[in-house]
Amino acid sequence: MIPGSFEYHRPSSLGEAVALLGRLDDARVLAGGHSLIPMMKLRLAQPNHLIDLGGVTELKGVRADGAEIAIGAMTTQHEVIASDTLTERVPILREAARQIADPQVRYLGTIGGNAANGDPGNDMPALMMALGATYVLRGPAGERQVAARDFYLGIYETALQSDEILAAIRIPAPPKPHGWAYEKLKRKVGDYATAAAAVVMTVLGGRVATCAIALTNVADRPMFAADASQAVIGTALGSQGLRQAADAVEAIAAPAEDGRGSAEYRTKMAGVTTRRALERAFARATS
Amino acid sequence: MAEVEIPKIKVAKVNVAMTVNSRAVSAEVEPRTLLIHYLREHLNLTGSHIGCDTSHCGACTVDVDGRSVKSCTMFAIQAEGATFVTIEGMAAADGTLHALQEGFREMHGLQCGYCTPGMIMRAYRLLQESANPSEAEIRMGISGNLCRCTGYQNIVRAIQYAAAKLSGLEFREAAE
Repeated sequence: MIPGSFEYHRPSSLGEAVALLGRLDDARVLAGGHSLIPMMKLRLAQPNHLIDLGGVTELKGVRADGAEIAIGAMTTQHEVIASDTLTERVPILREAARQIADPQVRYLGTIGGNAANGDPGNDMPALMMALGATYVLRGPAGERQVAARDFYLGIYETALQSDEILAAIRIPAPPKPHGWAYEKLKRKVGDYATAAAAVVMTVLGGRVATCAIALTNVADRPMFAADASQAVIGTALGSQGLRQAADAVEAIAAPAEDGRGSAEYRTKMAGVTTRRALERAFARATS
Repeated sequence: MAEVEIPKIKVAKVNVAMTVNSRAVSAEVEPRTLLIHYLREHLNLTGSHIGCDTSHCGACTVDVDGRSVKSCTMFAIQAEGATFVTIEGMAAADGTLHALQEGFREMHGLQCGYCTPGMIMRAYRLLQESANPSEAEIRMGISGNLCRCTGYQNIVRAIQYAAAKLSGLEFREAAE
């Protein structure tokens, strides 16, 4: 499969990349390429210009900035997994990144591409919603920040404007200790989730003090499950709290029927993965 | 009547240079030329295979600047200036097989052989990152490479054989 013709650009700074994106007609930015290049090979995407961010070093790397962790958009999944800072401060990212695609794809696939693409099957969006992360977007008028929970509007539809580039993700580091889990049900390595749930929680005196639950691939966009999160706060995560959380998740899940199962099955699995993630996060928070 | 696709824009060819198997190479290609086509059609390095052409099967895996890359899902121009190893660069100049190639032969790690170049190139990087991986690490490490013949059992043994040889250890088969 041969993609359509395009002109290739390789800026060396974010400013240059944003300027190119504003100036060129029908341009797309290229990060790791493992969503865009397959789309181009299928001619579902046929941009006239490709702006490769591979040479923009300022978009790479993980920085601890006080209580906040900033991850450059071009940081690869492989680098996320290898990062000591993330392993220590935001361990759910490592756990989830290891479940994305396969080793080869993780060497090139980036956290920014995964977050900004707008595919409801991508894993990072739900994680960022659960973590309360903020996206730093750079456009011709400068920088603006959008909460991950407000970013996703529909399939491939996000708050990112066509002249903007996701530059970094800012994550408020969860307190120590905290519980976390990313439960991803999938048919095989490399598959998108049949359903997946991300949980970040804190526990005080045996009861859930704070909890954030978000879901992958059970609707046309990733979802923050506010009611389910609320349902377990203040509880000791007994069977009643777990059931209420699963019910609340199933009430908002609206998956399509596909090769992974019927809509009914995938809805049920949203509840099951939520329950498992809650139990695992609680165990970690109290261990 | 069949629709004829009219190119949206006319794009000049560009010179793309890189180092492949310790040799400086270059070719004039279109920006849209995928790395696997650059290797196979412009450099005549046909050891890397096109299997699925959709970044799933791993038959096109090559080593680029210390990373295993599916060369069907990267443009050659993205790799301008990069340093590559492909399956053609694995054996020594005198023909002595690399430990991985020897392992695949000794342990019967292939049947049709189509996935083998990708398997070996992926295992090459895996063993650079982890000299003595566990069986589970090997299986996860090659999870981006599909084989439709072997059931993977002998591929895992081939990689274990190579890991032992490269570490100067004697290869011992795990009890069945």
